[in-house]
Amino acid sequence: MNKRLSIFFSMLLVLSMFLAACSGGGDNADGGEKGGDDGGKSDVPQELRVNINTEPPSLNPGLAQDSTSGTVLRNVLEGLTRIGPDGKPEKAMAEDIKVSEDGKTYTFTIRDAKWSNDDPVTAKDFEYAWKWALDPANNSTYAYQLYYIEGAEAFNTGKGEKDAVGVKAIDDKTLEVKLVNPTPYFEELTAFYTYLPVNSKIAEANPKWATDAGENFTTNGPFHMVEWSHSDKIVLEKSKTYWDAETVKLDSIEMVMINDPNTELSMFDNGELDWAGAPTGALPTDAMQALKDEGRLVTQPIAGIYNYKFNTTVEPFNNVNIRKAFAHAINRQELIDNILQGEQLPAMAIVPPSMFEENEKGYFPDNDVEKAKEYLQKGLEELGYKDASELPAVALSYNTSEAHQKIAQAIQDMWKQNLGVEVTLDNAEWNVYLDKLDQMDYQVARLGWLGDFNDAINFLEMYRDADGGNNNTGWESKEFQDLLAKSATETDPEARQQLLKDAEAIFMEAMPVAPIYFYTNNWVQAENLKDVAVSGLGDVQYKWAHFE
Amino acid sequence: MAKYIGKRLVYMLLSLWMIVTATFFFMRIAPGNPFASEKKLPPEIEANLNAHFGLDKPWYEQYWEYLVRIVNWDFGPSFKYKSQTVNDLINEGFPVSFLLGMEAIFIAVAVGVLLGIIAALKHNRWPDYTAMIVAVLGISVPSFIMASFLQYFLAIKMGIFPVARWESFMHSVLPAVALASAPMAFIARLTRSSMLEVLANDYIKTAKSKGLSRGVITVKHTIRNALLPVVTYMGPLTAGILTGSFVIERIFGIPGLGAHFVTSINNRDYTVIMGVTVFYSILLLVSILLVDIAYGIIDPRIKLAGGKKGE
Repeated sequence: MNKRLSIFFSMLLVLSMFLAACSGGGDNADGGEKGGDDGGKSDVPQELRVNINTEPPSLNPGLAQDSTSGTVLRNVLEGLTRIGPDGKPEKAMAEDIKVSEDGKTYTFTIRDAKWSNDDPVTAKDFEYAWKWALDPANNSTYAYQLYYIEGAEAFNTGKGEKDAVGVKAIDDKTLEVKLVNPTPYFEELTAFYTYLPVNSKIAEANPKWATDAGENFTTNGPFHMVEWSHSDKIVLEKSKTYWDAETVKLDSIEMVMINDPNTELSMFDNGELDWAGAPTGALPTDAMQALKDEGRLVTQPIAGIYNYKFNTTVEPFNNVNIRKAFAHAINRQELIDNILQGEQLPAMAIVPPSMFEENEKGYFPDNDVEKAKEYLQKGLEELGYKDASELPAVALSYNTSEAHQKIAQAIQDMWKQNLGVEVTLDNAEWNVYLDKLDQMDYQVARLGWLGDFNDAINFLEMYRDADGGNNNTGWESKEFQDLLAKSATETDPEARQQLLKDAEAIFMEAMPVAPIYFYTNNWVQAENLKDVAVSGLGDVQYKWAHFE
Repeated sequence: MAKYIGKRLVYMLLSLWMIVTATFFFMRIAPGNPFASEKKLPPEIEANLNAHFGLDKPWYEQYWEYLVRIVNWDFGPSFKYKSQTVNDLINEGFPVSFLLGMEAIFIAVAVGVLLGIIAALKHNRWPDYTAMIVAVLGISVPSFIMASFLQYFLAIKMGIFPVARWESFMHSVLPAVALASAPMAFIARLTRSSMLEVLANDYIKTAKSKGLSRGVITVKHTIRNALLPVVTYMGPLTAGILTGSFVIERIFGIPGLGAHFVTSINNRDYTVIMGVTVFYSILLLVSILLVDIAYGIIDPRIKLAGGKKGE
């Protein structure tokens, strides 16, 4: 009796500790923080705290190849243009841009601007940076972003000379760029991080200039990096030498590196961060619905697509009707409402609606089960099967992640319900997975694609050649190739747009890929934080941001 | 003693070589490469990169180069983090993990031993049950749940500690407690059971019959003997905790070494994998040796040289 009683009391003791913790201050969850809402505007500290998830792999614009590095670079350096808050490129380091008649020669006049160490920004800084990235000795993995420039690809792949690259500083203020083809989006490209300038005086003297904050890391953008504590945080301060410094209102930006969505949201709720979620961080998927219900969630579509690719070289997906059947038998809206919960857009086309507006509706209706059954019947006949059960075993592959798994399970179920096809799931670790796709060792596989710049070619060109590195489907078409080739030399923007649309139509008719949904960015932000610019590609800029 | 340590050092080098060799080959057998990404590189650039990092050489040359690098304690550049070398990663990450780890070990040992002693002395009474329930919870609740639990209640609800990051002492409390909870529970149970065993020994009776006070018996005769299993456990625990925990460091956003053990493998960042593995192995081997030496100090019955038996 005595013994039992003591067990009972001990359990009670422990339990009470938990309960005490639970009941402690249950309702000050989102009070506080907003002290003095109506005070004078200038009293609010202009100090932004954001999460950038991880250590940026490189802050040398020639070596950067990921969005984290891009986020930091875009805010500390400035290219010839900068994407404005309206999503259009505006003149930045370039004061004037002249394009030749044939659209292949650009002449940029550099404005009077200074690096943070008071060196002037010159045309040579651009020439130096671009050629440095292209130099095969520097092993830049993103150098192909510069292949629009004449002679760039040849130099980068070791087949050409450095001097043959079509970028030249005529004098300190004039930069001449010769392109391979007229490239209507070239102005926008010059805002991309691979095109950012580098202070050539410093970089020539010290090749390791970009490894730490300090006097070697000179900047010409709205902010200057004052601290880079690796894997921990980066601190930016308003630049004193920036040409447009009066537009910049934030005094400092602290970029912490927290790689856990739950912690990120907790820190935001606790007032330790001013922003949680995309594009620099991530929100926990479980929290989406609650945030939406509270009206705190901000959603913005971005140019990106989540695809299921078919291996068109093996049965049954070598048959176009089978591919169409599988693509039609997916209820995308249901996936979005129940699994993704981020207000994504169902994709029944391959180019995001921000580039082709009519793609909001796409080429076929979502969840068209009747049509899917018809296609399946036709496909089965063509392949010589009597019934769906005779089809070779179909496996759906994805890289190991909870989100991909949930989607795959739902689609597996839809295909079973709608088509009567048994599909097995097959997941692999990311690197192993990419290897499998490369070797075409799959039947249906998920892959995402995010646009690098705001042009439809970005979403089409990877399917040009069956053996292209990013095609992965084994599909190619002469007609499709011809249209893309024509679009490359077409100087009239309207006509070019039409050529690309025609190419997309051919692609959708062959359906080597079942598009699933277009990406959105979801985040929460401090109520008094205004004018953070997130572009249609999901690039974030703090130049105009401020607290009220 | 010197002979014994010398012999152990030779064995340590041998184990280290075996670990390095196994890691090298496993890492190369795994599919994928450090440059793989959703956006595939042009083949010329990939070939160029392979040549730059020496990945195009025959395996025995690469293997030899690795061995030379380890001997020189220069692991080379990270494939992924281009602004840092592997040595930088270790030099910056380890002190953070070390500090956090020391704090966690201190909590684990102090609280664990205390709970164990109380439980043993009050055997089958309420302090015993309370201590053991705490211990069971500590062992069975995974550290990431413990971490979120602490964050939610102590940081968000009560506002005593910051949610995450590594800035001040206050920032280190929650991760240290989360990290300590499992080993603390384990130590409590170890201490309790070995205390009980020791208390049943004849020499304790002798001590009692000699008229020694209870305090002296507990401190001088019981605890000292009962701590041996705890000391054994300290070796792997120290190595494991000091090199950082992936989960805890991730949840609390701590720039330690722990994250690199996992992310380097995901990234196929060969040089980092090698660097952190070697570093961890050395730490583990050294701490095991220290534990063996500590045995001899705590328990005079254990002779390190072991020469008496006539091997």
